[in-house]
Amino acid sequence: MSGLLSQKLEVVNLGLPSFAAAIAGAGGSVTQVAWAPPAGGDRAVGEALAKLIGNPAVEAANKKAYGLYLAAQPRLAGVGIARDVVPGVDGRVVLHAGAPVEWSRMCGPMQGGICGALVYEGWASDLEAARQLAASGAVKFDSCHHHGAVGPMAGILSPSMPVWIIDNPEHGNRAFSTLNEGLGKVLRYGANSPEVLARLKWFETTLAPALKAALAITGPIDLKPLMAQALHMGDEMHNRNVASSALLFRKLAPAMMKSGIEAADIAASMDFFTANDFSFLNVSMAACKAMMDAAHGVEGSSLVTTMARNGVEFGIRVSGTGSQWFTTPAPRVNGLYFPGYSIADAAPDLGDSAITETCGIGGFAMASALAIVKFIGGKPDEALGYTRAMADITLGRNPSFTLPALNFAGSPAGIDIRKVVDTGVEPVVNTGIAHKDAGVGQIGAGITRAPLPCFAKAVEALASRL
Amino acid sequence: MAVSTRIVHNLYRDSVSLMQLSDTLAKRAGIAEISAVMATPANLDLLREAKLLDGTVSAGPNDLLIVARGETAAVSAALDEAEASLMRAPATGGDGTGPAEKKLPHSLAAAVAERPSANLVLISTPGEYAAAEARKALNLGLNVMVFSDNVGLASEIALKRLADERGLLVMGPDCGTAIISGVPLGFANVVRRGAIGVVGASGTGTQQVTCLVDRLGAGISHAIGTGGRDLHHHIGGASMLRGLALLAADQETKVIVLVSKPPAPEVMEKVLAAAAKAGKPVVVNFLGADPAAIKGRNLYAAATLEDAAHAAVSLLKGRKSRPVTRIPAVPRVAFKKGQRYVRGLYSGGTFGYEASLLLGAKLGAIRSNVAVRESDEHDDPWTSRGHTIVDLGDDVFTRGRPHPMIDHRLRNERLAKEAADPETAVILLDVVLGHGAHADPAAAMTPAIREAHETARRAGRRLAIVGFVCGTPGDPQGLKRQEDALRKAGMTLCASNAEAVRLVARLLPRDKAPARKKSKATKGRRR
Repeated sequence: MSGLLSQKLEVVNLGLPSFAAAIAGAGGSVTQVAWAPPAGGDRAVGEALAKLIGNPAVEAANKKAYGLYLAAQPRLAGVGIARDVVPGVDGRVVLHAGAPVEWSRMCGPMQGGICGALVYEGWASDLEAARQLAASGAVKFDSCHHHGAVGPMAGILSPSMPVWIIDNPEHGNRAFSTLNEGLGKVLRYGANSPEVLARLKWFETTLAPALKAALAITGPIDLKPLMAQALHMGDEMHNRNVASSALLFRKLAPAMMKSGIEAADIAASMDFFTANDFSFLNVSMAACKAMMDAAHGVEGSSLVTTMARNGVEFGIRVSGTGSQWFTTPAPRVNGLYFPGYSIADAAPDLGDSAITETCGIGGFAMASALAIVKFIGGKPDEALGYTRAMADITLGRNPSFTLPALNFAGSPAGIDIRKVVDTGVEPVVNTGIAHKDAGVGQIGAGITRAPLPCFAKAVEALASRL
Repeated sequence: MAVSTRIVHNLYRDSVSLMQLSDTLAKRAGIAEISAVMATPANLDLLREAKLLDGTVSAGPNDLLIVARGETAAVSAALDEAEASLMRAPATGGDGTGPAEKKLPHSLAAAVAERPSANLVLISTPGEYAAAEARKALNLGLNVMVFSDNVGLASEIALKRLADERGLLVMGPDCGTAIISGVPLGFANVVRRGAIGVVGASGTGTQQVTCLVDRLGAGISHAIGTGGRDLHHHIGGASMLRGLALLAADQETKVIVLVSKPPAPEVMEKVLAAAAKAGKPVVVNFLGADPAAIKGRNLYAAATLEDAAHAAVSLLKGRKSRPVTRIPAVPRVAFKKGQRYVRGLYSGGTFGYEASLLLGAKLGAIRSNVAVRESDEHDDPWTSRGHTIVDLGDDVFTRGRPHPMIDHRLRNERLAKEAADPETAVILLDVVLGHGAHADPAAAMTPAIREAHETARRAGRRLAIVGFVCGTPGDPQGLKRQEDALRKAGMTLCASNAEAVRLVARLLPRDKAPARKKSKATKGRRR
């Protein structure tokens, strides 16, 4: 009871800096806070937030959820056809990136990708018929995230597509993503020309069987050690996947050679895989999905388990608020644009790939990826600054993902909605930028921020459940 | 004349920094008015009232808005300079996205994570956010001082209930002054450490008691603030009771002083019952309360802040104390016929209240915005009539303007007005030193004091300008330097507010109006 008067006074000063100076001047101990109104000045959210800070139920739930996240052991277990392995993808179902969004509201690249998928599946004879079919309501669209899947950009996943299978034996969950198509004209940016669809067919007939055969020989590949190694080689496994793709290739290539698959198919598969610097991106995303799903569903937890964009809205989900999405209009990305393009040509932020940041890599591990520092202004110091800043909004650091440039500190991981709303520090997301029209493809890349309103809504929802 | 606005998005600065910025820019040639504010709805309303803004602006509470009126070129240059200086001097550290210097924590929780041994949070954010921050602090197990005002009654009740559950202390909201273990918090003076503990519902009341204790050669163990509303019926004196208990248990504290306006009757009963069990002498200064109500073996009623300080020091030395009656010997002033009234221009609300109380007992009707009696309430605090006591720290005067303890301009203007009034005989002023107060009040006041004497002299009159400095030799402004400068400018200085009031009563020309009995009615603004 007499604690305060008999202890050494240690003050935290929130507000006028002159008060801190007076305390320090009198030999007192004081920490000044760089304070700004939380929740962008929204008082109702601020009050909800105050209930969550220092709340024992939330602290306990977060400890549990974070433990689940850290304990997850994603493995590359195989390759399969979506209809055979992804739950709920049978019949006329097409999955897409981000929160659920109905056909009429979808952005250009997503509509383009879906039309391509409908033709690819043989449900429509041409793109015009596909468009009518999509609008008719006869095809079910749903969020990849509702099916344990993730997809970059438009994130189109239809039943015939081959998918990577990531399992997590620690918790028994699985995650899925399609095979990466490379750059240029690709379905994930809304391209749907015959060459795009032909490539998808070739995945089905040639690449996927080769990969599957190789994985059958290697057995499941532990992904955390591979990802940790790639971080040390300059990847953050969202915008840069050169090292991780090479590391995976190193494991798959010898096995593929031994698989008994025809030499021409092996050669074509290897050619494709090695020519694509983004081969590992989809594996990285599904591995992150497997880790975050393991931590989802802990009542009371303020841990973010999903960040995803559907080209209309930026959405997040939180461990302690069940399947609910908290969305806000997706921003356009103020990044670096390819010659001839500008922000006016860009689709709003798109794709499930922000699952990497959710999991503590991508933009959060920017300190590892100095080679792509040009996206953020060009100075390595700035890359380190991004990673350090993210430590302010995470529940901790992942000891499996160490960062040499920061004295091997773990990457900041596990976004806490409370910390985002309290500090106003929005999570960074490394991203590619799609043209707003279907089929044009990537027109730039850069860094964007997960918008505060998603987190503010989540804070109110979590507070109302406690 | 042109009016122009500038918005800097997502840049937060505290209101004091912004007022300083506005002040600097207002001095530029060609600028009639300039104001930099956070674009909260309340601030936007103020700008609209001031005709600096019409319609809407696309700025929210986290955006900084600068509005200027003046010559077109000057306005645009001033806005540029404002923006440049805001970007140049980040008062609150970087935005957390840049590289990597040691940066300040961005939230209370982050600061506590960095410093797990922190045990008190001092909150001076805008009032609308203060309650939420205080709640976070309590949840995290820290004691709280809420300096901010404009925190709702319901929030105060909830916070104090939560503090009780956690066994923590909440000082405030609207707690201006505290000293814990020798560390000044908020507006506090640099006083010697010692054995007298204070629990005060009024910041300036606490400042007066602690400064006088220091002047009398004794010292302060801790001064705990409660906020002005703590002893109201709805709050029930939660903070005063906890403060009292803390000081009762504190080894260092030998004598306790309680400072407040009279509490609600049932609260007073509770507080006095707790004080009676404190196990050490408790001096009770409930300004204007009936001394007969304060009974108990270890309880000592003090009618004034001055008496409270003297009583505490006497009790510490094991002596009984009598009310102070000293009046400094000063020559009488030859007032002209018609010069009949006192005009008290206060920066400290409690000083104004005490003066109204003491002068009301001697002079009868006093016009005041800190009126003790309902009949004395002032219909227009901007204009004096008869005997008048104004608290210039009242919200009426401080909307969109710094407090008169920080910025003396408003009081100086009023001083000139009073000096020009042929009915004014005595002008009564308080001067508050210490952390948080103006860096050199004497320098800000002396030109106006000289001018006031000069105005009266030109009209063939003489004025008495009487006051006191609430401060200590240890204060950053220096008590002696301040007093010397004020005396030199023609101000007669007393040791305390009560002494100044006694002097005023002696100086005023004898009037035919009969002195009225002291009233127990206590309606009025509490600060």
